[in-house]
Amino acid sequence: MPILLEVTDLMTRFHTAEGTVFAVNGVSFSIEEGETVAVVGESGCGKSVTMMSVLRLIPIPPGEIAGGTACYRGVDLFKKTEAEMELVRGKEIAMVFQDPMTSLNPVLTIGRQITETLIRHEFLEKKDAELKAINLLEKVGIPEPIRRLGDYPHQFSGGMRQRVMIAMALACTPSLLIADEPTTALDVTIQAQIMELVLSLRDQLHMAVIWITHDLGVVAGLARRVLVMYAGYIVEEADVEDLYSKPRHPYTLALLQALPRVDRRRDAHDHRLKSIPGSPPSLLMEPHGCPFVIRCEYAEDRCKTENPPLRTIGMNHRIACWVDIDVEPSK
Amino acid sequence: MSEQTPIVVVKNLVKHFSVTRGIVFQHKIGAVRAVDGISLTIGEGETLGLVGESGCGKTTAGRTLLGLYVATSGEVMIDGHNVRKARGDELLLIRRTAQIIFQDPYASLNPRWTVNAIVSEPMRVHHLLSGSERTERVAELMHLVGLSGRLVNRFPHEFSGGQRQRIGIARALASNPKFIVCDEPISALDVSIQAQVVNLLEDLQDQFRLTYLFIAHDLSMVRHICDRVAVMYLGIIVELGERNELYEHPLHPYTTALLSAVPIPDPMKDRLRKRIILPGDVPSPIDPPSGCRFHPRCPIADENCSRVVPEWRLAAPSHWVACHKV
Repeated sequence: MPILLEVTDLMTRFHTAEGTVFAVNGVSFSIEEGETVAVVGESGCGKSVTMMSVLRLIPIPPGEIAGGTACYRGVDLFKKTEAEMELVRGKEIAMVFQDPMTSLNPVLTIGRQITETLIRHEFLEKKDAELKAINLLEKVGIPEPIRRLGDYPHQFSGGMRQRVMIAMALACTPSLLIADEPTTALDVTIQAQIMELVLSLRDQLHMAVIWITHDLGVVAGLARRVLVMYAGYIVEEADVEDLYSKPRHPYTLALLQALPRVDRRRDAHDHRLKSIPGSPPSLLMEPHGCPFVIRCEYAEDRCKTENPPLRTIGMNHRIACWVDIDVEPSK
Repeated sequence: MSEQTPIVVVKNLVKHFSVTRGIVFQHKIGAVRAVDGISLTIGEGETLGLVGESGCGKTTAGRTLLGLYVATSGEVMIDGHNVRKARGDELLLIRRTAQIIFQDPYASLNPRWTVNAIVSEPMRVHHLLSGSERTERVAELMHLVGLSGRLVNRFPHEFSGGQRQRIGIARALASNPKFIVCDEPISALDVSIQAQVVNLLEDLQDQFRLTYLFIAHDLSMVRHICDRVAVMYLGIIVELGERNELYEHPLHPYTTALLSAVPIPDPMKDRLRKRIILPGDVPSPIDPPSGCRFHPRCPIADENCSRVVPEWRLAAPSHWVACHKV
């Protein structure tokens, strides 16, 4: 499959009163047409900022894209004018956000918000746009779409709101959907509904999907390839089976071991969860060594002084680590 | 597990919030039946999990049980004291015995108070210790929850989410409670921090023989930390059982669907699983469905389920369920 989006050495910074925040520090990845990639990491690891930077949605200032390129179908998005960018957003690359309540306009009807995109990008007449909006609401499984077109966001439940967001994102049949923790605010039963919906729409429309999440459980059933981020770096990239069966970065391993499993008995009463000591580093200074070094149980002297680059260690498998551990995660 | 010596006994607890219309002449037009008759017991040193989707009433149940909300009807006994009838000194005693840890460590600590003021507040309220003894006790509590005693003069905003939750735990421990309601104590925290806080809660339980009501929606964590688990749906408990029994042999179709929806961090296993996707959302607790409350979303419901309320009964040793189909 041809490459749809290729990001190279992306660096994003925020200049704040407390100093410069090094949010994204040289991130490179690519996604093919129709592919599903998950980006995993804790809050503040730069997973959302990376995607917002690609779409040029970060406020400048205080934000700054300090380097790198983001080529969409071979054209660098960072070189486009703002007007050209508006033709990409929504039409080529669409985004669904975590909290549907804050990303929908509370004083406009759902119908108005969906048709807005259609009138702008597809140059439809209002009538035709409304018909298409009804069709979209039906597609994402909202009952009585004709009546609900005139409803306001607060009249929908959380799961239904997220469906509306997905309908809006799909309005112009984008080639790439970026889903930024779309199920984090939802219950597990609703999460299962939304995941199933996105996957079936992906197959129908041959979209590529980037799914941002902090939940390694969600990723397992969803993506083919996974990027693990920490402190603004990609620390591991692998096919989903490899990542879960033989993670090679100590952070990925630690994350997997910190998760209790719904399908397993707790073997003995004294069996504790393995926790990762400490907390993620401050992003207010550029790390000299590996950003994970203070929390890493495999750290060596070299890790304190030299930041490991992302290197290939196997088929589609890259890690940013000097040590390269080889441990079974689940034992 | 010691069901013989229950420290908490809840019988038919009901909490309705009235829905009113009008500003000056308010009249009641209905009630949100947030908790609609739940009964449970928690043994000393036990952890009982209370799970369910948002809006099922689990948080309201926890708060009503402590008397933070005035119950509509029913009975709660904590360590031999009747929460609904207690007044004066007895009420103070109950409040010392039973504490709560809140979900959001950003909203539950007063931003204008120092950590010292926050952690020592229960001692001030209950007139426990004084002067230098109190200062020492605060330092001791900080040490217990894994924070340095030198940090007591700082303000909440200077701490990370995990550290704030530790401060919330220190405050809950300050009055030497026997029973703590943990209301989603880890759901606002990152994965790597969740394990730290859960391990801390377990250590403290061992050390002080604490009893927990652990309210959560993360079913994996509940299986890890709880001895028994109660599943709530729309204000009532639909199933209650020992953790492995409940997770391996769920009886109620709601529990089965809920468990099948939890993602497993193992791609091979996750793909082979059969996921039961429940249609629709949780109905409104203002006007809950007739008969079995789960029947509109239930994959195996029949006509009888929409008419007759299922009986709460013992289906297997220490495994309770309310379903016609079991």
